[in-house]
Amino acid sequence: MRLAAPAKPGSAKSEQLILFRVSGQLFAVSSASVQEVRSADSMSGAATEISAPGIRKVRYVLRRGDRSLFIVNGAMHFGLHAAEGALLFVLRKTRTALLIDGIEKMTSMTRLQALPLSFCHEERQWYRGLTALDQTVVPVVKPEGFLSADELTLLDRALLESDNSATASIEEADSTE
Amino acid sequence: MTISAELELQSFVLLRLGERRFAVSAKHIAELVAPSRVFRFPHRTSKLEGVILRRGRIVPVCDVSEILLGKRLTSRRFYLIAVRSYGTQKEWIAVPVTGECELINSEMMAAAESDAPHVAGWLSHDGDVIEVLNLDTLTPGPEQLLGKPAGQQMAEARP
Repeated sequence: MRLAAPAKPGSAKSEQLILFRVSGQLFAVSSASVQEVRSADSMSGAATEISAPGIRKVRYVLRRGDRSLFIVNGAMHFGLHAAEGALLFVLRKTRTALLIDGIEKMTSMTRLQALPLSFCHEERQWYRGLTALDQTVVPVVKPEGFLSADELTLLDRALLESDNSATASIEEADSTE
Repeated sequence: MTISAELELQSFVLLRLGERRFAVSAKHIAELVAPSRVFRFPHRTSKLEGVILRRGRIVPVCDVSEILLGKRLTSRRFYLIAVRSYGTQKEWIAVPVTGECELINSEMMAAAESDAPHVAGWLSHDGDVIEVLNLDTLTPGPEQLLGKPAGQQMAEARP
């Protein structure tokens, strides 16, 4: 499923959100940040394994031409109970495909409140803020907060090493033949 | 009581955590409210339980019982809504308490160097010596932020 391009800022006072679940926990993401929604099964053939030291939340990478999308397990990212994940959000303007349990619904918010300053650790990178919807408070995730610049560097390095070793294996097989 | 002594009297809110009483300067207290639903979501800041909704605001719940008593208190009767300073910014925080609160006027003795950082001072009331709490050091805040000045993270925040 390919989602429509985002509306221009300022055209409406409300913002469209997708509410989704990871390990039973409810989150929201701006629908404008989601480029595609895919079934995790449909990607299984296209994804290759990757292992970067210290980044357990990324185990697969998707190649799309010159571009690599790292599949981030949402449950591991947020420190929740491990879940397989059924859907993938390909996040716009990032190199992240987020593995989630499922979509709850689409809705809109009229007000995003900054994360209170008492929250002072990694969650400040994870969330744009909090919003109150139907008497429930939902964290609104920051698409670029799933992989830091350092993590992307490590993942790119692991990818390069993996490519080099694959090339070496092919060359070795060719020379044997 | 002399005039100079009268001038040193300050208002404090006495709060109860388990068997102990503590005090907070009344100018840092917004209100006392009944417990409401705590909304929880993943985060990595210790001492924060989640948030409550209060008058349209999202207020973090900071449980200070473990630091003050050495154990977590599961029972709670009220949330004391206090104003926490983050540099020039102020925000509400909700502190769970286990009993009624009381407003008193008293003189505060300054804290000694040997006192814990969360002790703003001491006061004497009803034969008890009571710690006056400094909520700015007792609850998590910008000093623990990820190396960013607090101002950079406050664009959307409001008191």
